Amino acid sequence: MTAVLQPGVLFGLCGAVLVGIGLFAIVTHPALLRRIVGCNILGAGIFLVFGAVARRGAGAGLDADPVPQALVITGIVVAFSASALAVALLKRLSELSVGEGRAAEPAAPRSET
Amino acid sequence: MTSVHATTPSGFLLVLAVILPVCAVLAIVACGPRSAARIAMTTLAAGLAVAIAIAMELVAGGTALSYVVGGWQPPLGIALRADGLSGAMIVMTALVLGAVGLFARSQYALHDGGGAGRAQTTFWILLLALASALNATFVGEDLFNLYVALELLTFAAVPLVCLDGRAETVKAALRYLLFALLGSLLYLLGTGLIYGQYGTLDLLALSQLSREDPALSAALALMIVGLLAKAALFPLHLWLPPAHAGAPAPASAVLSALVIKAPVFLILRLVLDVAPPQAAAVAGQMLAVLGAVSILFCSVMALRQARLKLMIAYSTVAQIGYLFIVFPLAAGSADLPPWSTIAWTGGALQLISHALAKSAMFLAAGVVYEAFGHDRIADLRGFGRVLPISAAAFGLAGLSLMGIPPSGGFVAKCLLLTAAVAEGYPWLAATILAGGLLAGGYVFRVIDKALANPAAPIVVQRAVPRRLEIVALALAAAAVMLGFLPLRPFEFLQIGRSGVSMAGLP
Repeated sequence: MTAVLQPGVLFGLCGAVLVGIGLFAIVTHPALLRRIVGCNILGAGIFLVFGAVARRGAGAGLDADPVPQALVITGIVVAFSASALAVALLKRLSELSVGEGRAAEPAAPRSET
Repeated sequence: MTSVHATTPSGFLLVLAVILPVCAVLAIVACGPRSAARIAMTTLAAGLAVAIAIAMELVAGGTALSYVVGGWQPPLGIALRADGLSGAMIVMTALVLGAVGLFARSQYALHDGGGAGRAQTTFWILLLALASALNATFVGEDLFNLYVALELLTFAAVPLVCLDGRAETVKAALRYLLFALLGSLLYLLGTGLIYGQYGTLDLLALSQLSREDPALSAALALMIVGLLAKAALFPLHLWLPPAHAGAPAPASAVLSALVIKAPVFLILRLVLDVAPPQAAAVAGQMLAVLGAVSILFCSVMALRQARLKLMIAYSTVAQIGYLFIVFPLAAGSADLPPWSTIAWTGGALQLISHALAKSAMFLAAGVVYEAFGHDRIADLRGFGRVLPISAAAFGLAGLSLMGIPPSGGFVAKCLLLTAAVAEGYPWLAATILAGGLLAGGYVFRVIDKALANPAAPIVVQRAVPRRLEIVALALAAAAVMLGFLPLRPFEFLQIGRSGVSMAGLP
C-alpha cells in the first residue's frame, strides 16, 4: 500500500489511467470534438508520466530531475497549439456544413459534431 | 557517457538549414504579402545552396557534420548531426521544394497576375515552415527535439491540405490532424519512457546504451506505431488519400513527396540505431508484413480510383510500403553492418526516387486539372495531344514507380529484389514484383487515355504556360536519371554511419 502511495508511483499510475481514457475516447468516439478532447486527456496523462519520471530520476540532493519538467513545459505549448488548430478547423468545418445544410438539406444541419 | 558530440568546423551549415526558412517566415510577416513570393523563392534557392554545401562537406570530409547547440553537451544540451543519409534527404528536400516553388509561382501568376491573395501568402509561409521542420527532422539527434520538429511539420502540413477552404478539404485536414496528433502523442509517451530508463534522449548515446529491456521495447513500440500513423502505412493510411488528393497541386506534391518521408526516416533511425538487435528483428518483420500489405492493397485501390489525384495518392501509400520491407532485408550481420547492405541503398534510393517521381506526378496532375477543370480519368481521352509535356512527365514518373529501367525506381526495386532473394524472403520478392505489375496497371490506365483518339476534340478551359509543364518534366527526368547510379552499396549513404556503433553489441 505504501509503495503505491509514493508520489512517483501514484503519478505514474494516474498518468497511465489518463492515457487509457484518452486513447479510448479517440478510438471509440465518432464525434470530432470528443476526439480532440480525448487527445487533450491523452496529453495530460503523458505529462503526468513525465512528472513521475522526473521524480524517479531525482538525484544530487534535488527533489526532482529538472529535464522532464522542462520537456513538459514545451510539450504543453505544443499541445495547446495543436488543440487550437484542431478547434479552429472544427469551427470552420461546422460553419461550412451548417451553410451547406441550409442550402441543400435543411433536415440535417448538424452533420459532424 | 562514452560518446560526445563535437562541433565540426562546418557544423553551422546545419543550423542555417533549419533557421533560414524561419527567418524568411518572419521576414514575410514583417514585409507584408506583396513580397512573399520573392522572399520565399530567394530562401528556397539559398536552402538549396546550403543543402549542396552540406553534401559537399560530407563528401570532402567523409565524416558526419555535427553541431552542439550552445556548447551544451547532451544529455542537457541538444546536438544536430548530419550523416550521409541525412545529407541525401536534405538535398532531396531542397530540390523538390525549389521545383514546387517555381511551379506554384507560375501557377499563381496564371490566376490573378501574381497578386498577393491571402491563400498565396499562407502557402509561401507554410512552404517555408515545412522546409525548416523537415531539415530539423533530418538533422535532429535529440528525441524530444525531433518530437517538436514533427509537430512543426504537422502544423505546417495540415493547413496546406485545406488552403482552398472547401468543406471536404477542411474535413480531410481535420482527419489528418487527428491521426497526426495521436501519432505524435504516442511518440511523446515513448520518449518519456526512454528518458525514464536511460536518462538521455540523445540518439548517439542511446545507440550505445540500449539493451534488451521491456521498457525500451514498450517505448519503441509506442513510438513506431505513432510514427506509422504519420507515415500513413496500412492500416493507418485512411487519412492520406482525401488529404493529398484535395490539396492544391503544389501542396499535394510536397505532402506526398516529403512530409510523409520524415516519420519514415525516424522509424529507420529508431529501428537501426536505437533498437537492440532482437527487438529490431521483430519490429523489422512486422513492419515488412505491413509494408507488403500496403503495397498490394493500396495498388489495387489505386487501380480502382476514378479521379487522377486520388489514384496518385493511393499510389503514394503503396510506394511507402516499399520503404518498410527494407527492414528485414537490411538487418545486416556481425561482419556486415546494416548500412553496407544493398537493401539499405535500395531503400534510400526508393525514398529519393519516389519523392522526385511523385512530386512530378502531382504537378502534372495539377496541370491537367488547371487545363480541363477536372481530373476524372475517364474524361481525359486524348489529353496527351493537348498537354504532351505533362503526359511525358507523368509517363517518366510512372517508369520510376513501376521500376522499369532506366530509372531510379528500377535501381531501388532491383536492389531490394536481389536482397529479398539473397536473404531468403521469397514472399517479399513476390510482393515487389506484384507491386511493380500493379503500378504498371494504374500508370498505363492514364497513359492509355493520354494517347487515345478522342471521340470529340478535347476542350481546354484555360491555356497552361509551358513553364508549369517543364517543372514537372524536370522532376520526372531527375527521377529517371537516378537510374544511372551503379547497382551497389552507395558510399555516400554510409558516411558517418560507423560513428554509430551497432546497437546492443558489447
